[in-house]
Amino acid sequence: MSTASPAASRFLLDDWRVRHQSSLEESRHSVRIFFRDRLAAVGLIYIALMIAVAIFAPVVAPYPGQGRGATDLRARFDSPGAQHVFGTDNLGRDVLSRVVYGTRIALVMPAIVALGVVLIGVPLGGIAGYYGGWLDEVVMRVTDIFLAFPGLILAMALVAFLGPGLRNIAIALVVTWWPWYARLVRGMAISLRERPFVKAARTMGVRDSRIVLRHILPNSLGPVIVQMTLDVGAVILEVAALSFIGLGAAPPTPDWGLMISEGRLYVFEAWWMVVFPGLAIFALVLAFNFVGDGLRDVLDPRSRR
Amino acid sequence: MSLRLYLVRRVGLLVFVLFGVSVLTFVMARVVPADPAVLYAGAGARGPAIEQARKILRLDGPLYEQYLGYVSGLAHGDWGTSLRTHRAVLPDILTFLPVTLELVFSALLLGLLAGVALGALTADRKGRAIDFVMRIFAVGGVSLPAFFVALVFQVLFFRALNVLPAAGMFSVDVAQNYPVSHVTGAPLLDALITGNLTALSDHLRYMVLPVLALAAYPTGVVMRMSRSAMLESLGQDYIRMARAMGVPRRTIIYRFALKNSLGPVLTVVGLMLAYAIIGAFFIELIFAWPGIGTYGTMSILSLDYPAIMAVTLFVAVIYVVVNLLVDLAIAWLDPRIVLS
Repeated sequence: MSTASPAASRFLLDDWRVRHQSSLEESRHSVRIFFRDRLAAVGLIYIALMIAVAIFAPVVAPYPGQGRGATDLRARFDSPGAQHVFGTDNLGRDVLSRVVYGTRIALVMPAIVALGVVLIGVPLGGIAGYYGGWLDEVVMRVTDIFLAFPGLILAMALVAFLGPGLRNIAIALVVTWWPWYARLVRGMAISLRERPFVKAARTMGVRDSRIVLRHILPNSLGPVIVQMTLDVGAVILEVAALSFIGLGAAPPTPDWGLMISEGRLYVFEAWWMVVFPGLAIFALVLAFNFVGDGLRDVLDPRSRR
Repeated sequence: MSLRLYLVRRVGLLVFVLFGVSVLTFVMARVVPADPAVLYAGAGARGPAIEQARKILRLDGPLYEQYLGYVSGLAHGDWGTSLRTHRAVLPDILTFLPVTLELVFSALLLGLLAGVALGALTADRKGRAIDFVMRIFAVGGVSLPAFFVALVFQVLFFRALNVLPAAGMFSVDVAQNYPVSHVTGAPLLDALITGNLTALSDHLRYMVLPVLALAAYPTGVVMRMSRSAMLESLGQDYIRMARAMGVPRRTIIYRFALKNSLGPVLTVVGLMLAYAIIGAFFIELIFAWPGIGTYGTMSILSLDYPAIMAVTLFVAVIYVVVNLLVDLAIAWLDPRIVLS
């Protein structure tokens, strides 16, 4: 930066100032729009609540030991009531406690998948879009191949081959989700490449790798975060689906998908074994979808109603 | 770009993608920690039997030779031999396919019709109570795991209300006394073709829950899409013009605006198909329908890796081809779209 000519640096500064001033005003306006959307606000509050529940699970769960898997064979199949608000399962475990402990897996899994996707998809997309040419062609054709599979089918096959377990589910979901983000960031990079502040940086002799790292990637993070909020719900559903068919954690892990799968055998006698973990999935996914929709409305003026 | 050039490019891309897909499934199957030859030969098998199994499964020879053997097998209709049943995989898949197609197409059709109708309705009544309620339903539809909906349906409509059967495709009585003869393999079509009305009405009752459970997601997606497309076309000049000319509101909404909002809806058909195929895996399992989904999940649970490879590949091929057809249909229907 020290070698920049005065004119170029003033130009850069102006560009920076214009972008940041407007974004400050805009962000205040955006927060207002976001919270005017009541569903989005409710979703955000619910997610915050669930994060608290996950952290303080031992305090929140009425029977923490059973949440982790301890059984009580004298209390099998108790229907929901004062003693057990969500009833008990086939091994006498309190369903509420297990649902509470399940929030940990439900929230941690999407976070891990998001991290993996950001680490792989975002840099690849940035490089492809910024450099263009054959590099772009190669990355995009590879994403074509991955996107040729319906996502969960590819994930199912991968976990089947890697062996069941939450770690392998996370790997499989990163493998199926990264191409979407590579494409998103590539599109951003192509338009950013032509923006004055990037052109100026290039003229000043800033190395390409530094431009990608310091300008292209940070500036494409906004849309990536919005898209991620929209996709978290889908990831939670996919984790649950893989666990449901027996590709996830082994019993007695308090995983919502696994709980439904176990409850399926007794669904006509003990519906609460299926219904409460299912509602927990539903509510959390719904909350993320509301927040995602709200964020998109804020950032995409065309979809404002 | 002209339509013809676009077509050539897309088909070229299709060939490349199919090649890549075959490489990817092949590579995936190489990470199996267990030795498939041992699985195939069965428990207690000794050296020679395992060597023979290795030969049958084409696991001898260097990797590139194995891949070439795999691809030429694919081209000749030899998609591998199941470790579980010791039968050729492709004929089995084709046997199970019609049931899955019946389920998937019924759900997609229902999702499209209901989704477009609800989207038009909510766009018409924008901001009123019904709009709000239906939008919550739409987001709800895409927030529910299909397998959970299926189980709740079983509890509600079979266990609690006892108005619909829990699982299967026919009642025992009908299956024994009025069996459907095999024509296409899809029970609905076969009952229709052979004029077996008893079986037809019986089968329709068994279809209700699986199709509804599978249609929840597509309905939600289409409804959201068609609502916003409707709102967009309602804001355009030709609509204002029609309104100024005194064309009845109903005609404007359900004839003019609806037609013009169908294009965007078409773009989500590929997405819907993906979800319907994935959903079918779970719905078939829960409702005990003998389709590809049930076959696929059984293969996964028994690590029947040639079958897993074949099902994955098969689904990918269908998905890629349908997506291409959808894209071509969009390009053909709407000349304004820039082909690239």
